[in-house]
Amino acid sequence: MSRPHEFEILFDGTPLPCRDGWTIGAALTAAGVRSWRTTRHGQRPRGLFCGIGICFDCLVTVNGQPSLRACLVPANPGDDVRTQEGTAR
Amino acid sequence: MPDRPPRTPTSTTSDLVVVGAGIVGAACAYHATRVGLSVTVVDSGPITGGTTGAGEGNILLSDKEPGPELDLALLSNRQWRSLADLPLDGTTFGRAVELETKGGLVVATGPAALAGLTRLAAQQRELGVEAIAVPGDRLPDFEPHLTDDVAGGYRYPQDMQVQPMLAAAHLLRLARRAGATVLTHEPVTGLLRDGERVTGVRTPRRDIPAGAVLNAAGTWAGEIAALAGVRVPVAPRRGYILVTEPLPPIIRHKVYLADYVADVASDSAALQTSTVVEGTGAGTVLIGASRERVGFDRTISLPALRQLAAGAVRLFPVLRDVAVIRAYRGFRPYCPDHLPVIGPDRRAPGLHHACGHEGAGIGLSLGTARLVAQSLIGEPPEIDLHPFRPDRFGPEVPR
Repeated sequence: MSRPHEFEILFDGTPLPCRDGWTIGAALTAAGVRSWRTTRHGQRPRGLFCGIGICFDCLVTVNGQPSLRACLVPANPGDDVRTQEGTAR
Repeated sequence: MPDRPPRTPTSTTSDLVVVGAGIVGAACAYHATRVGLSVTVVDSGPITGGTTGAGEGNILLSDKEPGPELDLALLSNRQWRSLADLPLDGTTFGRAVELETKGGLVVATGPAALAGLTRLAAQQRELGVEAIAVPGDRLPDFEPHLTDDVAGGYRYPQDMQVQPMLAAAHLLRLARRAGATVLTHEPVTGLLRDGERVTGVRTPRRDIPAGAVLNAAGTWAGEIAALAGVRVPVAPRRGYILVTEPLPPIIRHKVYLADYVADVASDSAALQTSTVVEGTGAGTVLIGASRERVGFDRTISLPALRQLAAGAVRLFPVLRDVAVIRAYRGFRPYCPDHLPVIGPDRRAPGLHHACGHEGAGIGLSLGTARLVAQSLIGEPPEIDLHPFRPDRFGPEVPR
Protein backbone atom coordinates (compact mmCIF):
# COMPACT_ATOMS: atom_id res chain seq x y z
CA MET A 1 0.00 0.00 0.00
CA SER A 2 1.48 3.30 -1.04
CA ARG A 3 1.45 6.35 1.18
CA PRO A 4 -0.68 9.30 0.10
CA HIS A 5 1.45 12.11 -1.28
CA GLU A 6 -0.58 14.70 0.58
CA PHE A 7 -2.17 14.15 3.97
CA GLU A 8 -2.98 15.89 7.24
CA ILE A 9 -1.47 15.93 10.68
CA LEU A 10 -3.08 17.35 13.81
CA PHE A 11 -1.55 20.24 15.72
CA ASP A 12 -3.25 20.69 19.08
CA GLY A 13 -6.34 19.16 17.46
CA THR A 14 -6.32 21.35 14.31
CA PRO A 15 -5.64 19.63 10.95
CA LEU A 16 -2.60 20.96 9.07
CA PRO A 17 -1.70 20.04 5.47
CA CYS A 18 1.44 17.97 5.01
CA ARG A 19 3.34 16.19 2.27
CA ASP A 20 5.27 12.97 2.19
CA GLY A 21 8.91 13.60 3.09
CA TRP A 22 8.26 16.57 5.32
CA THR A 23 9.31 16.68 8.90
CA ILE A 24 6.91 17.77 11.66
CA GLY A 25 8.89 21.01 11.82
CA ALA A 26 8.45 21.57 8.07
CA ALA A 27 4.68 21.04 8.29
CA LEU A 28 4.34 23.43 11.21
CA THR A 29 6.48 26.05 9.48
CA ALA A 30 4.55 25.68 6.19
CA ALA A 31 1.33 26.30 8.12
CA GLY A 32 2.78 29.47 9.62
CA VAL A 33 3.27 28.05 13.10
CA ARG A 34 6.42 29.61 14.57
CA SER A 35 6.49 28.19 18.09
CA TRP A 36 5.28 24.93 19.63
CA ARG A 37 7.06 24.73 22.92
CA THR A 38 7.57 26.89 26.01
CA THR A 39 10.77 26.95 28.02
CA ARG A 40 11.01 25.22 31.39
CA HIS A 41 11.73 28.29 33.48
CA GLY A 42 10.49 31.47 31.76
CA GLN A 43 7.67 29.88 29.70
CA ARG A 44 9.08 31.63 26.64
CA PRO A 45 8.09 30.45 23.12
CA ARG A 46 10.41 28.19 21.12
CA GLY A 47 10.35 26.71 17.63
CA LEU A 48 12.93 25.96 14.94
CA PHE A 49 16.34 27.40 15.63
CA CYS A 50 19.11 25.38 14.00
CA GLY A 51 16.75 23.18 12.00
CA ILE A 52 19.35 20.40 11.74
CA GLY A 53 19.01 18.44 14.98
CA ILE A 54 21.76 20.06 16.99
CA CYS A 55 20.18 22.66 19.27
CA PHE A 56 17.19 20.80 20.77
CA ASP A 57 15.16 24.03 20.75
CA CYS A 58 12.29 22.67 18.59
CA LEU A 59 11.15 19.92 21.00
CA VAL A 60 7.58 18.81 20.55
CA THR A 61 5.27 16.02 21.71
CA VAL A 62 4.26 13.61 18.91
CA ASN A 63 1.73 10.82 19.48
CA GLY A 64 2.26 11.12 23.23
CA GLN A 65 6.05 10.96 23.11
CA PRO A 66 7.59 14.16 24.53
CA SER A 67 10.76 16.04 23.64
CA LEU A 68 11.17 14.93 20.01
CA ARG A 69 13.03 17.23 17.67
CA ALA A 70 10.43 18.57 15.23
CA CYS A 71 13.17 19.25 12.68
CA LEU A 72 14.12 15.57 12.47
CA VAL A 73 10.89 13.59 12.97
CA PRO A 74 9.24 12.61 9.64
CA ALA A 75 5.53 13.43 9.54
CA ASN A 76 3.09 10.58 9.06
CA PRO A 77 -0.61 10.76 8.22
CA GLY A 78 -2.71 11.54 11.27
CA ASP A 79 0.22 12.34 13.58
CA ASP A 80 -1.05 13.91 16.80
CA VAL A 81 1.34 16.81 17.43
CA ARG A 82 0.97 18.73 20.67
CA THR A 83 2.43 21.94 22.02
CA GLN A 84 4.92 21.07 24.72
CA GLU A 85 5.11 22.96 27.98
CA GLY A 86 8.44 22.61 29.76
CA THR A 87 9.68 19.02 29.83
CA ALA A 88 6.13 17.67 29.26
CA ARG A 89 6.85 14.93 31.79
CA MET B 1 68.02 39.29 11.74
CA PRO B 2 64.64 37.51 11.97
CA ASP B 3 61.50 39.55 12.47
CA ARG B 4 60.25 39.51 16.01
CA PRO B 5 56.64 40.20 16.96
CA PRO B 6 56.18 43.59 18.59
CA ARG B 7 56.13 43.33 22.35
CA THR B 8 53.56 45.21 24.34
CA PRO B 9 55.45 46.61 27.28
CA THR B 10 53.87 45.94 30.65
CA SER B 11 53.92 49.07 32.72
CA THR B 12 53.98 47.36 36.08
CA THR B 13 55.30 44.15 37.51
CA SER B 14 52.63 41.87 38.93
CA ASP B 15 53.17 40.25 42.29
CA LEU B 16 51.82 37.07 40.73
CA VAL B 17 51.31 35.73 37.22
CA VAL B 18 48.85 32.83 37.13
CA VAL B 19 49.27 30.55 34.12
CA GLY B 20 45.87 29.00 33.42
CA ALA B 21 42.33 30.41 33.46
CA GLY B 22 40.55 27.27 34.57
CA ILE B 23 38.93 26.84 37.94
CA VAL B 24 42.24 26.44 39.82
CA GLY B 25 43.84 29.49 38.20
CA ALA B 26 40.66 31.50 38.77
CA ALA B 27 40.43 30.50 42.43
CA CYS B 28 44.12 31.26 42.99
CA ALA B 29 43.76 34.66 41.31
CA TYR B 30 40.78 35.43 43.53
CA HIS B 31 42.52 34.38 46.76
CA ALA B 32 45.73 36.18 45.79
CA THR B 33 43.87 39.46 45.30
CA ARG B 34 42.17 38.87 48.67
CA VAL B 35 45.56 38.87 50.40
CA GLY B 36 46.53 42.07 48.59
CA LEU B 37 48.63 40.78 45.71
CA SER B 38 48.52 42.29 42.22
CA VAL B 39 47.67 39.51 39.76
CA THR B 40 47.83 38.82 36.03
CA VAL B 41 46.14 35.67 34.67
CA VAL B 42 47.26 34.37 31.28
CA ASP B 43 45.86 31.46 29.27
CA SER B 44 46.65 30.04 25.85
CA GLY B 45 42.92 29.77 25.08
CA PRO B 46 39.67 31.16 26.46
CA ILE B 47 38.74 30.93 30.12
CA THR B 48 37.71 27.39 31.15
CA GLY B 49 38.81 26.09 27.76
CA GLY B 50 40.47 22.97 29.18
CA THR B 51 39.33 20.49 31.80
CA THR B 52 37.14 22.96 33.75
CA GLY B 53 34.84 23.22 30.76
CA ALA B 54 34.48 19.46 30.47
CA GLY B 55 33.58 18.25 33.93
CA GLU B 56 30.57 17.70 36.15
CA GLY B 57 31.26 20.26 38.87
CA ASN B 58 31.84 17.92 41.77
CA ILE B 59 32.54 19.23 45.25
CA LEU B 60 32.85 15.90 47.01
CA LEU B 61 33.96 14.52 50.34
CA SER B 62 32.30 11.11 49.87
CA ASP B 63 34.84 9.76 47.38
CA LYS B 64 37.95 10.79 49.35
CA GLU B 65 39.84 8.22 51.37
CA PRO B 66 41.54 9.45 54.57
CA GLY B 67 44.76 11.29 53.76
CA PRO B 68 46.01 14.63 52.43
CA GLU B 69 43.40 14.83 49.67
CA LEU B 70 40.55 14.49 52.18
CA ASP B 71 42.15 17.18 54.36
CA LEU B 72 42.23 19.47 51.31
CA ALA B 73 38.66 18.52 50.38
CA LEU B 74 37.42 19.41 53.88
CA LEU B 75 39.17 22.80 53.72
CA SER B 76 37.74 23.40 50.24
CA ASN B 77 34.22 22.37 51.28
CA ARG B 78 34.28 25.02 54.02
CA GLN B 79 35.55 27.60 51.51
CA TRP B 80 32.74 26.88 49.03
CA ARG B 81 30.18 27.15 51.82
CA SER B 82 31.41 30.51 53.04
CA LEU B 83 31.77 31.91 49.51
CA ALA B 84 28.22 30.75 48.67
CA ASP B 85 26.71 33.52 50.79
CA LEU B 86 28.86 36.32 49.32
CA PRO B 87 26.55 39.01 47.87
CA LEU B 88 27.11 39.35 44.13
CA ASP B 89 25.23 41.78 41.88
CA GLY B 90 21.85 41.42 43.53
CA THR B 91 22.19 37.70 44.14
CA THR B 92 24.75 35.53 45.90
CA PHE B 93 27.89 33.86 44.61
CA GLY B 94 26.28 30.48 45.31
CA ARG B 95 23.19 31.19 43.23
CA ALA B 96 25.22 32.81 40.45
CA VAL B 97 27.34 29.66 40.04
CA GLU B 98 24.44 27.18 40.49
CA LEU B 99 25.96 25.84 43.70
CA GLU B 100 23.65 23.10 44.94
CA THR B 101 24.06 21.76 48.46
CA LYS B 102 22.12 18.67 47.55
CA GLY B 103 24.34 15.99 49.07
CA GLY B 104 25.65 12.73 47.71
CA LEU B 105 24.21 9.24 47.92
CA VAL B 106 26.61 6.33 47.53
CA VAL B 107 24.94 2.96 46.98
CA ALA B 108 26.26 -0.57 47.10
CA THR B 109 24.82 -3.38 45.00
CA GLY B 110 25.97 -6.28 47.18
CA PRO B 111 27.07 -7.13 50.70
CA ALA B 112 30.81 -6.98 49.87
CA ALA B 113 30.57 -3.49 48.40
CA LEU B 114 28.40 -2.40 51.32
CA ALA B 115 30.97 -3.69 53.82
CA GLY B 116 33.72 -1.72 52.03
CA LEU B 117 31.57 1.40 51.95
CA THR B 118 30.74 1.03 55.65
CA ARG B 119 34.46 0.77 56.51
CA LEU B 120 35.28 3.87 54.44
CA ALA B 121 32.40 5.85 55.96
CA ALA B 122 33.58 5.02 59.50
CA GLN B 123 37.09 6.32 58.72
CA GLN B 124 35.72 9.45 57.05
CA ARG B 125 33.42 10.21 59.99
CA GLU B 126 36.39 10.28 62.38
CA LEU B 127 37.80 13.13 60.26
CA GLY B 128 34.66 15.26 60.23
CA VAL B 129 32.80 13.92 57.19
CA GLU B 130 29.07 13.48 57.68
CA ALA B 131 28.15 9.98 56.46
CA ILE B 132 24.73 8.60 57.32
CA ALA B 133 23.87 4.93 56.73
CA VAL B 134 20.70 4.29 54.71
CA PRO B 135 19.37 0.72 54.72
CA GLY B 136 18.31 -0.65 51.34
CA ASP B 137 14.60 -0.46 52.11
CA ARG B 138 14.89 3.23 53.07
CA LEU B 139 16.74 4.34 49.90
CA PRO B 140 13.47 5.14 48.03
CA ASP B 141 12.78 7.82 50.66
CA PHE B 142 15.80 9.67 49.30
CA GLU B 143 15.75 8.60 45.63
CA PRO B 144 12.28 7.39 44.60
CA HIS B 145 13.41 6.27 41.14
CA LEU B 146 16.45 4.28 42.29
CA THR B 147 16.51 0.57 41.41
CA ASP B 148 15.49 -1.68 44.30
CA ASP B 149 18.41 -3.97 43.45
CA VAL B 150 20.72 -2.33 46.01
CA ALA B 151 21.93 -3.55 49.37
CA GLY B 152 22.18 -0.15 51.04
CA GLY B 153 24.04 3.09 50.95
CA TYR B 154 25.34 6.19 52.69
CA ARG B 155 24.20 9.77 52.47
CA TYR B 156 26.87 12.49 52.40
CA PRO B 157 25.03 15.77 53.08
CA GLN B 158 28.19 17.90 52.60
CA ASP B 159 28.65 16.86 48.96
CA MET B 160 27.79 19.67 46.55
CA GLN B 161 27.62 20.44 42.87
CA VAL B 162 28.49 23.61 40.98
CA GLN B 163 28.44 24.78 37.34
CA PRO B 164 32.23 24.87 36.91
CA MET B 165 32.45 27.34 34.04
CA LEU B 166 30.23 29.82 35.86
CA ALA B 167 32.28 29.35 39.02
CA ALA B 168 35.58 30.04 37.26
CA ALA B 169 34.15 33.01 35.37
CA HIS B 170 32.76 34.62 38.52
CA LEU B 171 35.98 34.02 40.47
CA LEU B 172 37.91 35.73 37.67
CA ARG B 173 35.37 38.55 37.68
CA LEU B 174 35.85 39.06 41.42
CA ALA B 175 39.62 39.01 40.92
CA ARG B 176 39.37 41.60 38.14
CA ARG B 177 37.24 43.86 40.31
CA ALA B 178 40.08 43.69 42.81
CA GLY B 179 42.51 44.85 40.11
CA ALA B 180 43.59 41.63 38.41
CA THR B 181 44.24 41.50 34.65
CA VAL B 182 43.09 38.49 32.61
CA LEU B 183 44.79 37.81 29.26
CA THR B 184 43.27 35.09 27.07
CA HIS B 185 44.46 33.47 23.83
CA GLU B 186 48.01 34.26 24.81
CA PRO B 187 50.18 31.18 25.31
CA VAL B 188 53.13 31.25 27.68
CA THR B 189 56.09 30.38 25.50
CA GLY B 190 58.89 30.95 27.96
CA LEU B 191 59.80 32.02 31.45
CA LEU B 192 61.79 35.10 32.38
CA ARG B 193 64.79 34.12 34.48
CA ASP B 194 67.27 35.86 36.71
CA GLY B 195 69.81 33.11 37.24
CA GLU B 196 67.87 30.19 38.69
CA ARG B 197 65.02 32.43 39.69
CA VAL B 198 61.78 32.59 37.69
CA THR B 199 60.87 36.28 37.33
CA GLY B 200 57.91 36.26 34.95
CA VAL B 201 56.52 34.81 31.76
CA ARG B 202 56.93 35.49 28.06
CA THR B 203 54.11 35.32 25.54
CA PRO B 204 54.17 36.06 21.80
CA ARG B 205 52.81 39.51 22.65
CA ARG B 206 54.72 40.62 25.73
CA ASP B 207 56.92 39.89 28.67
CA ILE B 208 55.11 39.89 32.00
CA PRO B 209 57.56 40.35 34.88
CA ALA B 210 56.31 39.07 38.22
CA GLY B 211 57.35 38.39 41.77
CA ALA B 212 56.07 34.84 41.42
CA VAL B 213 54.70 32.59 38.68
CA LEU B 214 51.95 30.08 39.47
CA ASN B 215 51.58 27.05 37.20
CA ALA B 216 47.83 26.38 37.14
CA ALA B 217 47.84 24.90 33.66
CA GLY B 218 45.91 21.77 34.61
CA THR B 219 46.47 18.84 32.28
CA TRP B 220 49.07 20.91 30.41
CA ALA B 221 51.02 21.85 33.58
CA GLY B 222 53.89 19.54 32.69
CA GLU B 223 54.67 21.75 29.67
CA ILE B 224 54.85 24.90 31.81
CA ALA B 225 57.06 23.09 34.34
CA ALA B 226 59.33 21.96 31.49
CA LEU B 227 59.88 25.62 30.51
CA ALA B 228 61.57 25.93 33.89
CA GLY B 229 63.48 22.68 33.34
CA VAL B 230 61.61 20.86 36.10
CA ARG B 231 59.50 17.73 35.90
CA VAL B 232 55.87 17.70 37.03
CA PRO B 233 54.42 14.47 35.56
CA VAL B 234 50.80 15.46 34.94
CA ALA B 235 49.19 13.22 32.30
CA PRO B 236 45.72 13.23 30.71
CA ARG B 237 43.10 10.74 31.94
CA ARG B 238 40.16 10.87 29.55
CA GLY B 239 36.56 10.84 30.74
CA TYR B 240 33.19 11.01 28.98
CA ILE B 241 29.92 12.43 30.24
CA LEU B 242 26.50 11.85 28.75
CA VAL B 243 23.89 14.62 28.91
CA THR B 244 20.20 13.73 28.77
CA GLU B 245 17.32 15.82 27.54
CA PRO B 246 15.99 18.15 30.26
CA LEU B 247 13.75 16.37 32.74
CA PRO B 248 11.69 17.38 35.74
CA PRO B 249 13.67 16.94 38.99
CA ILE B 250 13.67 13.15 39.32
CA ILE B 251 17.19 12.64 40.69
CA ARG B 252 17.79 14.52 43.89
CA HIS B 253 21.37 13.73 44.89
CA LYS B 254 24.62 12.99 43.21
CA VAL B 255 24.16 9.22 43.15
CA TYR B 256 26.96 6.81 42.46
CA LEU B 257 27.98 3.20 42.95
CA ALA B 258 30.48 2.42 45.69
CA ASP B 259 32.96 1.00 43.18
CA TYR B 260 33.56 4.55 41.89
CA VAL B 261 35.99 5.18 44.75
CA ALA B 262 38.06 2.13 43.82
CA ASP B 263 38.09 3.15 40.13
CA VAL B 264 39.30 6.66 40.93
CA ALA B 265 42.13 5.22 43.01
CA SER B 266 43.13 2.67 40.37
CA ASP B 267 46.28 3.01 38.27
CA SER B 268 44.98 1.08 35.28
CA ALA B 269 45.29 2.69 31.87
CA ALA B 270 42.42 0.62 30.43
CA LEU B 271 38.83 1.84 30.14
CA GLN B 272 36.94 1.78 33.41
CA THR B 273 33.43 3.03 33.97
CA SER B 274 31.60 3.42 37.25
CA THR B 275 28.10 4.73 37.41
CA VAL B 276 27.57 8.34 38.54
CA VAL B 277 24.20 10.03 37.93
CA GLU B 278 23.00 13.50 38.89
CA GLY B 279 20.49 16.11 37.87
CA THR B 280 21.37 19.74 37.15
CA GLY B 281 19.62 23.04 37.64
CA ALA B 282 18.97 23.17 33.90
CA GLY B 283 17.04 19.88 34.03
CA THR B 284 19.56 17.77 32.14
CA VAL B 285 20.92 14.67 33.87
CA LEU B 286 24.68 14.09 33.75
CA ILE B 287 25.90 10.50 33.48
CA GLY B 288 29.51 9.50 34.17
CA ALA B 289 32.11 8.41 34.81
CA SER B 290 34.71 6.81 32.58
CA ARG B 291 38.46 6.92 32.89
CA GLU B 292 41.17 5.76 30.52
CA ARG B 293 44.70 6.87 29.74
CA VAL B 294 44.93 7.36 25.97
CA GLY B 295 46.80 10.65 25.73
CA PHE B 296 44.90 13.62 24.29
CA ASP B 297 42.80 11.49 21.92
CA ARG B 298 39.56 13.46 21.42
CA THR B 299 37.69 10.84 19.37
CA ILE B 300 34.41 9.53 20.74
CA SER B 301 34.53 5.95 21.99
CA LEU B 302 31.19 4.22 21.50
CA PRO B 303 31.99 1.36 23.94
CA ALA B 304 32.64 3.90 26.70
CA LEU B 305 29.36 5.74 25.99
CA ARG B 306 27.43 2.44 25.91
CA GLN B 307 28.85 1.38 29.26
CA LEU B 308 27.91 4.72 30.82
CA ALA B 309 24.35 4.57 29.50
CA ALA B 310 23.85 0.96 30.57
CA GLY B 311 25.15 1.70 34.06
CA ALA B 312 22.82 4.67 34.48
CA VAL B 313 19.76 2.68 33.35
CA ARG B 314 20.68 -0.10 35.77
CA LEU B 315 20.76 2.42 38.64
CA PHE B 316 17.74 4.47 37.49
CA PRO B 317 15.47 2.33 35.25
CA VAL B 318 13.35 5.46 34.57
CA LEU B 319 16.19 6.70 32.33
CA ARG B 320 15.64 3.86 29.83
CA ASP B 321 13.31 5.93 27.63
CA VAL B 322 15.13 9.23 28.06
CA ALA B 323 17.14 10.64 25.17
CA VAL B 324 20.83 11.50 25.45
CA ILE B 325 21.28 14.81 23.66
CA ARG B 326 25.05 14.97 23.72
CA ALA B 327 28.25 13.53 25.09
CA TYR B 328 31.45 15.35 25.86
CA ARG B 329 34.91 14.42 26.95
CA GLY B 330 37.64 15.97 29.01
CA PHE B 331 41.16 15.21 30.14
CA ARG B 332 41.68 15.02 33.87
CA PRO B 333 45.12 16.15 35.04
CA TYR B 334 46.39 12.86 36.43
CA CYS B 335 49.39 12.50 38.74
CA PRO B 336 50.88 9.03 39.38
CA ASP B 337 50.10 9.19 43.11
CA HIS B 338 46.63 10.77 42.62
CA LEU B 339 47.57 13.86 44.65
CA PRO B 340 47.72 17.41 43.30
CA VAL B 341 50.91 19.43 43.09
CA ILE B 342 50.72 22.51 45.30
CA GLY B 343 53.27 25.00 46.51
CA PRO B 344 56.67 26.54 45.76
CA ASP B 345 59.13 24.58 43.62
CA ARG B 346 62.54 24.69 45.30
CA ARG B 347 64.15 23.52 42.05
CA ALA B 348 63.08 26.81 40.39
CA PRO B 349 62.69 29.62 42.96
CA GLY B 350 59.82 31.94 42.08
CA LEU B 351 57.83 29.13 40.41
CA HIS B 352 54.82 27.75 42.29
CA HIS B 353 52.38 25.05 41.25
CA ALA B 354 48.67 24.40 41.70
CA CYS B 355 47.86 21.57 39.31
CA GLY B 356 47.30 17.83 38.92
CA HIS B 357 43.96 17.60 40.76
CA GLU B 358 42.76 14.79 38.46
CA GLY B 359 38.95 14.64 38.55
CA ALA B 360 38.57 16.67 41.73
CA GLY B 361 39.88 20.06 40.66
CA ILE B 362 36.59 21.91 40.82
CA GLY B 363 35.97 20.92 44.41
CA LEU B 364 39.60 21.24 45.52
CA SER B 365 40.24 24.58 43.78
CA LEU B 366 39.26 26.92 46.61
CA GLY B 367 41.22 25.11 49.32
CA THR B 368 44.20 24.88 46.98
CA ALA B 369 43.95 28.61 46.32
CA ARG B 370 43.89 29.41 50.02
CA LEU B 371 47.05 27.35 50.60
CA VAL B 372 48.77 28.99 47.63
CA ALA B 373 47.88 32.48 48.86
CA GLN B 374 49.10 31.72 52.38
CA SER B 375 52.32 30.30 51.00
CA LEU B 376 52.87 33.32 48.71
CA ILE B 377 52.65 35.85 51.52
CA GLY B 378 54.82 33.77 53.86
CA GLU B 379 52.10 32.59 56.22
CA PRO B 380 52.18 28.96 57.31
CA PRO B 381 49.62 27.13 55.11
CA GLU B 382 46.84 25.67 57.22
CA ILE B 383 47.46 22.22 55.69
CA ASP B 384 50.98 20.78 55.47
CA LEU B 385 52.07 21.10 51.83
CA HIS B 386 54.67 18.31 52.10
CA PRO B 387 52.48 15.57 50.53
CA PHE B 388 51.78 17.92 47.59
CA ARG B 389 55.38 19.07 47.02
CA PRO B 390 56.35 19.46 43.35
CA ASP B 391 59.68 17.59 43.55
CA ARG B 392 58.27 14.36 44.97
CA PHE B 393 58.27 12.54 41.62
CA GLY B 394 61.98 12.23 40.97
CA PRO B 395 64.63 13.72 38.73
CA GLU B 396 64.42 16.79 36.56
CA VAL B 397 63.88 16.62 32.85
CA PRO B 398 67.27 16.05 31.21
CA ARG B 399 68.19 19.16 29.31
